[in-house]
Amino acid sequence: METEILARIQFAFTIAFHYIYPPLSIGLGLLMVVFESLYIKTKNTEYHTLAKFWTKIFALTFGIGVVTGIVMEFEFGTNWATYSRFVGDVFGSALAAEGIFAFALESGFLGILLFGWNRVKPWVHLVSTIGVFLGSMFSAVWIVVANSWQQTPAGYHIVGEGFNARAEITDFWAMVFNPSSVERLTHVWLGAFLSGAFLVLSVHAYYILKGRYVDISKKAFKIALVVATVFSLGQLLTGHKSAEGVAKNQPAKLAALEGHFEASAPADMYLFGWVDKENQKVTGVKIPGGLSFLLDYDFDTPVTGLNAFPEDERPSQVNAIFQFYHIMIAIGMVLIGLSMLATFLWYKGKLFNYRWLLWIFVFSALLPQIANQVGWFAAEMGRQPWVVYGLLRTSDAFSQAVSANQIVFSLILFLLVYALLFVLFIYLLNKKIQHGPYHESQENDRPMTEELTKVITQN
Amino acid sequence: METFLGLDYPTWWYLVVGGLFSGYAILDGFDFGAGAWHLFLKKENSRRIALNAVGPVWDGNEVWLVIGGGALFAGFPVVYATLFSSLYIPFMLFLVFIIFRAISIEFRGKEEMAWWKKTWDISYGISSIMLAFLLGVVLGNVLQGIAIGENYSYHGAGFFEFLNPYALMTGFTTLFLFMAHGAIYLLLKTEGRLFAKMTFLLKRGMIFFMVAFGITSLYTLLYIPHLSDAFKNNPLLFAVPLMTFLSIANVPRLANKKKYNWAFFFSSLTISLLLIIVAIELYPMLLFSTVDPKYSIDIYKAASSTKSMQTMLIIVAIGTPLVLAYTIFVYKTFRGKVKLDETSY
Ligand code: HDD
Ligand code: HEM
Ligand code: HEM
Repeated sequence: METEILARIQFAFTIAFHYIYPPLSIGLGLLMVVFESLYIKTKNTEYHTLAKFWTKIFALTFGIGVVTGIVMEFEFGTNWATYSRFVGDVFGSALAAEGIFAFALESGFLGILLFGWNRVKPWVHLVSTIGVFLGSMFSAVWIVVANSWQQTPAGYHIVGEGFNARAEITDFWAMVFNPSSVERLTHVWLGAFLSGAFLVLSVHAYYILKGRYVDISKKAFKIALVVATVFSLGQLLTGHKSAEGVAKNQPAKLAALEGHFEASAPADMYLFGWVDKENQKVTGVKIPGGLSFLLDYDFDTPVTGLNAFPEDERPSQVNAIFQFYHIMIAIGMVLIGLSMLATFLWYKGKLFNYRWLLWIFVFSALLPQIANQVGWFAAEMGRQPWVVYGLLRTSDAFSQAVSANQIVFSLILFLLVYALLFVLFIYLLNKKIQHGPYHESQENDRPMTEELTKVITQN
Repeated sequence: METFLGLDYPTWWYLVVGGLFSGYAILDGFDFGAGAWHLFLKKENSRRIALNAVGPVWDGNEVWLVIGGGALFAGFPVVYATLFSSLYIPFMLFLVFIIFRAISIEFRGKEEMAWWKKTWDISYGISSIMLAFLLGVVLGNVLQGIAIGENYSYHGAGFFEFLNPYALMTGFTTLFLFMAHGAIYLLLKTEGRLFAKMTFLLKRGMIFFMVAFGITSLYTLLYIPHLSDAFKNNPLLFAVPLMTFLSIANVPRLANKKKYNWAFFFSSLTISLLLIIVAIELYPMLLFSTVDPKYSIDIYKAASSTKSMQTMLIIVAIGTPLVLAYTIFVYKTFRGKVKLDETSY
C-alpha cells in the first residue's frame, strides 16, 4: 500500500513537471514556424528577429522537456513493472513509434534550428523549424494514443492470468484509433498551442508596457492573438467532444467530474461548487439539468451517477476531480473572453490603448499552463481506481521489486533536482526576456546586421 | 513459432534491440567520453570548444536511448519491467546524471561569472563520467545475473547490491572505452593546443582501457562460466573476439598515423564488437536469475506477441532509414573543426 502511494506520488510529480514544458515547446514551435515563414515570404527582417528570439526561449523549454521526458520513459519500468508487463505489447509499440518517428525528427533538426542560422540557407532552416515542430506534434500523438488506450482500451485481447496476464494487440489501427484518441489528441494539441500563444502575448505585452521593442512587439502580439483566438474557441469544441466521449466510455469519471451521485437522474452542471462526499451533496452555482442538456439536448435525460458503481470501481477523490475539472473550464472561458475582447479592440483600432488589458495579458501566460495541468489531473484521477480502465487496477500495477525506501530516495532526489531545474528555468527565462530580441542600442540600424545582409544577399 | 527469413521474431527483435543499443553506445559513448575529459582541460577556451563539439549532436544521440528503451519495452516488456525495477537505484541515478549533463551544456555559457562556469564544468565532467560508468555497471549486472525470484520479484541484498565487484570492473572498462572513443572524437573536432593535449590524453585512455578490459575478460572467463558456453559450443564464434582484438589494436595505430577518421571508425567498431560478444554470451537469455535458473528470462518468455513484433518490424524498417538520413545530414552540416559563433554555447 505504502509503496503504491509513493509510486503514484512520484509518477504524478515527475509527469506534471514534465508537462510544464511540452506544451510550451509545441506552442512556441507553431509560432516560430509562423514568424519564420513570414520572414521568408515578406523578407521583413523583423520577423527574422522574432523567430530568432523565440527560438532561444524554445531552446530552454525544449531542453528541459527532453531530459524530464527521458525520466518518464524509464519510470514505467522502474515504478510500474506489472503495468509495463501488462501493456507492453500495446503500449510499447506506441512508445517505440514515438521514438523513431517523432523524437528522431525533432532532435535531428534541432541542431540546425538552434545552431544553423549561419550555416544553411534560410529555406533549409525553415524546413528544420517545421521538422522540429512536426516532430513535437507527432510525439504528442503517440503518447496521447497510449494514454487514451489506457482510458478506453480497444483492439486487444487478454492472454494469461495473474502475474502473467497481458493485453495483446489484435488490431493495430483499432488500438491507435481507440474511442477517445482523436478528441483527446486534438484537445491536448490545442492546449499546447494556447500555452505557446499566451506566452508570446505575455512577453510582448510586457515589452509594449515598458516601451521597449514596441514596433516588433505589436506585430508579434497580433499574430499570437490570432492563434489564441482561433484555438481558444476550438478548445471549447474539442473539450465538449471529450466530455461526450467520457459520458459514453467512462461514465464513472463523468459522474465524478460533475459530482453527480444519484445512480440515474437528470444531472446538473456547476459553474463552481464544493463536493461533500460523505453526504453526497454539491453546493455551488449550477444550471439545473445542464449536464443532461449538454449530452442529450434535453434537461430531463437521466445520467448515470457514482452510486451506480460498486465502491471499489469508482474514483474516490470526487471533490479534487470536480475542482480540477471546473478550474480547467473556467480558464477556458476566461481565455476565450480575453482573446475575443482583444480581437474586438483590434478591429476597433484600439488594441494597445488599455494598459490594464496589457497587464492582464502579461499574467495570462499562467492560465493555459494551469489548465493543462488540472486537465490531466482530472482525466487521470477520474480514471482511478484503474490504471487501464476496467482491466488493471492501480493497486496491482506497481513494481513488486521496488521497496518503499528506494522510492522515497528517488522521490527526494527528483524533488531536489527539479526544484533546481525550475529555479534555473525561471531565472534564465527572465534573463532572456530582459535581454530582449536585439540590442536596443542598435534600434536604428537594427534590421541590417552584418550577418543578415549576408543571408539576404545569398538569395 | 512463426519465422521471417529463417529467424523467429523474438530473435529478430533481439537483433533490433542490440543494434539500437550499439548505435546508442557508439554515439552517446563519444559524447560521454568527451565530457569525461572535461575537467582535464584547464583553459576556458578549450572547455568551450570541447563543449561545442558535442553541442549540436548530444540531443540527437540521446534519441537512440529513447528509441532503444522504447524498443525494449515494445519487444520484451517483461525484461524492460524486470530489469528497470530490479536495478532501480542505478537507473534513477542514471536519469539524474542525464539531467545534470544536459543542463550543464545548456546553462554553462549563459552567465559570465567564473563560479557559474566552474560549477557547470564540474557538473558536466562528473555526470559524463558517472553516466559512462553506470552504463557499464548495468551491463555487468546483466551479464552476471540478477536475483530474480518468483513473479519477477527481486531478492537482492540491499541498496548497494548493484555495486558488486564484477559490475565495478565492467563499469570502469566502459568508462575508459568511452573516454578513448571520446578523445578521438575531440581530435576530429579541435585544433592547436587542445588538439595536442587530446593526442596525449588519448594514449592514456587507451592504456587504461586495455588494462581494465584485460582484467574484466579474465575474470569473466574464470568466474562466470555461463558466459563462455556459447563460445565453447561453437568455436567458430571465436572469430568475434579475435576481430575485437584486431579492432582495438587498430585504434592507436591509426591515431599515430593521424588517420583520425579511421581511428574513430575502429573505436566505433570496437564498441559494436564488444556488444556483439555480449549478445552471443547472453543469447537466447536476457536476464539470468541468480536465485534459480527456472526464473531466468529468455527472449521467448519475454517477447511480445508475434503480431505486434511484425507491426513493429515494419515501423523500424520505415523509421531507421529516416533516422539515419537526418543523423547524417546533421553530422554533415556540423562536420569539421569547431568554430565558435554567436549561436554557440
Ligand atoms: C502533449 C505532449 C506530451 C505528453 C503528454 C508527454 N510528452 Fe514527453 N515530450 C513531448 C510531448 C509530450 C515533446 C513536446 O515532444 C517533448 C520534446 C521537447 C519537449 O519540451 O517535450 C517531450 C520529450 C520527451 C522525451 C525526450 C525525447 C527526446 O530525446 O527528444 C521523452 C523520452 C518523453 N518525452 C517521454 C514521455 C512520456 C513517457 C510521457 C508520458 C508519461 C510523456 N513524454 C508525456
Ligand atoms: C503529461 C500529462 C500527464 C499528466 C499531468 C498526468 C498526471 C497523472 C497523475 C496526477 C497521476 C496520478 C493519479 C493518481 O494517483 O490519482 C497519473 C498516473 C498515471 N498516469 Fe498520467 N499524466 C499524464 C500523462 C500520462 C500519459 C501520457 C500516460 C501514459 C501513456 C500516463 C500514464 C499514467 C500511469 C501509468 C499512471 C500511474 C497509475 C496511476 O496512479 O493512475 N500519464 N498521471
Ligand atoms: C473550454 C472548455 C473545456 C472543456 C469543456 C474541456 C473538457 C475536457 C474534458 C471532458 C476532459 C477529460 C477528457 C478525458 O478524460 O478523456 C479534458 C481534459 C483535458 N483538458 Fe480540457 N476542457 C476545456 C478547456 C481546456 C483548456 C483551456 C485547456 C488547456 C489550455 C485544457 C486542457 C486539458 C488537458 C491537457 C486535458 C487532459 C488530456 C485529455 O484527457 O484530453 N482544457 N478537458
